[in-house]
Amino acid sequence: MDYYRFRVVKDRLAQFLVYLALFLALVPLFSILYEVVMRGFSAINIEFFIKPTPTVGEVGGGIANAIQGTLITIGLASLIGVPVGLMSGIFLSEYGESKLSTVIRFLQDVLSGIPSIVIGVFTYTLITRSIGFSVIAAAFALAVIMIPIVTRTTEEALKLVPMSVREAAIALGIPRWKTTITVVLSSAKKAIVTGILLSIARIAGESAPVLVSMGFWRWWFAGLNRPVANLALNVFIFAMSPFENWVTLAWGSALVLILLVLGISIVARVLTRGRY
Amino acid sequence: MVVKFDVQNLNAWFGSKHVLKNINMKIEENAVTAIIGPSGCGKTTFIRCLNRMHEITPGARVSGKVIFNGVNIYDNGVDPVMVRRKIGMIFQKPNPFPMMSIYDNVAIGLKLNGVRDKKILDAAVRRSLELVNLWDEVKDDLKKSGASLSGGQQQRLCIARALVVEPEVLLMDEPCSALDPIATAKIEALIRELARNYTIIIVTHNMQQAARVSDYTAFLYFGELVEYGPTEQIFENPKHELTEKYLTGKFG
Repeated sequence: MDYYRFRVVKDRLAQFLVYLALFLALVPLFSILYEVVMRGFSAINIEFFIKPTPTVGEVGGGIANAIQGTLITIGLASLIGVPVGLMSGIFLSEYGESKLSTVIRFLQDVLSGIPSIVIGVFTYTLITRSIGFSVIAAAFALAVIMIPIVTRTTEEALKLVPMSVREAAIALGIPRWKTTITVVLSSAKKAIVTGILLSIARIAGESAPVLVSMGFWRWWFAGLNRPVANLALNVFIFAMSPFENWVTLAWGSALVLILLVLGISIVARVLTRGRY
Repeated sequence: MVVKFDVQNLNAWFGSKHVLKNINMKIEENAVTAIIGPSGCGKTTFIRCLNRMHEITPGARVSGKVIFNGVNIYDNGVDPVMVRRKIGMIFQKPNPFPMMSIYDNVAIGLKLNGVRDKKILDAAVRRSLELVNLWDEVKDDLKKSGASLSGGQQQRLCIARALVVEPEVLLMDEPCSALDPIATAKIEALIRELARNYTIIIVTHNMQQAARVSDYTAFLYFGELVEYGPTEQIFENPKHELTEKYLTGKFG
C-alpha cells in the first residue's frame, strides 16, 4: 500500500511539472498575442487598409501599400521557390538513390540552417549591386529561404506514398515520369500544398534579408526593378521611429502579419486532416 | 501448344544475391500457369522478370532471354513501357490508387495513354468492370474512392484496371493471399474465365490453389526450376523427389 501511495505522489509530481512547463511555454506566446492584438486593434480602421504610409507629420494613413508589396514579394518568391523546391523534392524522393542525391540532401540541410541575414547579404552582392534595391532581389532572397523547406516537405510527402502505388502504375505501362506527375503527386498533393503554405508563412515574416536586399519603401509598387513596401519592415522601421502615428501603424502591421501567418497555418491544418 | 513466353537461361540478381538460376521454360498461350515453391525461392522475382518490373528495384539485374511473341523483351531497343502495356500485373495486396475514384482507377491506364473521348472511356471502364464481375456491385458508386471497397472488390478493381489497356498476359503475384475464402473463390473463378482470352501466370504459396486453377505448374526451389509440367502430372505423379516432398508438406 505504501508503495502504491508513493507511485501516486510521483505521478502527481510529474503531472505538475509537465503542466508547469506547458504554462511557461505558452506565457510568451499569449503575452505577445495579447499585446499585439490590444495595441494593433486600435490602429485598425477602414483608412488603415486603403491608404498608404503617411508622410512625416501627416495624420492617419495606412498600410495598404505594405499589404500590396508583401503580396507581390511573396508571390514572386513563390514563383521562383515553389517550382525549384518541388522539382528538387521529386528528384530526391523518386530518383534519390545516388551519391548526387546524398550530397544534395546534405546541402539542403545546410541551406535551411543558414541565418537569413546571410542570405540577404548574399543576395545584395549577387543581385542588388547590379540591378539596385528592388522587389526582384527581395523575392530572390526569400525564394532561397523557401527552397529547402519546400524540397524537404515534398520529399517527405512523396516518400509516404506506398511503393505499391508506383508499381501499379508502372505495371500498367505508364512511363515513369507520367507515373510521378500524375499518380504519385496526386496521392501526396495535400501534404505538398501544406508544405508550400508553411514555407510561405515563414517568408511572409522575414525582415532581415528583405531589408538588406530591397530596403525600406514608403510608396506603392512602382516597377519590378524598384523596391516595394513590406509589412515586416513596417514593423521594424515604424516601431523605432519617433512619430506616434508611425508607432501605431507598426502595431497594426504586426497584427496583420500575425493574422496572415495564422490564416495560412489554419488552411494548412485543414488540408492535412485527410490521410495523405 | 502455342508458346507465349519462351524463357531461356534466365538469371536474376538483387545486388550480389543470385535469386534466379538459369531458368528455361516455355509458357502456353491462353492457359493458367502456376508458380509454386517455398518463401524466398524466387517466384515473385520470376514473374517480375517477365514484364521487366524486376529492373525498377535499385541494384536488380537480369541476364538471359525472355521471348514474348517472338521478340526478346530484353533486347536493346525494346521499350519496357510497351512490354508492360502488353503484360499486366496484379499484386499481392490490392493497391487501387488511393486518391482516385473507382471510375478513374480503371480509366487511368487509357487516359494516360492519350484516350480523351468520354464515350470510349465509359465503354472501356464498363467492359473491364463487367469482365471482373464488379460492374453490378459498383455501377452506382463509380465516383466513390477505390479505397472504400472491400478487399476482394479492390482486388477485382485492380484486375479491371489491368485489363482496360487490353494486355495479352496477366501476371498475378499471390492475388488472394490478403483475401478471405469467399473473395478468394470469386477471384479463382475469374481466373478460369479470363484464361479463355488471356495468358495467366499466377504465383501462389497455396498448393491447393495451384491445383484448382492452373493448367501447368512450375515448382521453384532456391531459384532453380525443379519441375515443370501439366498440373495433373505434377500433383499426381511428380518426377522429382523434392517436388513430392514439398507437395506432401515434408517442408515448405
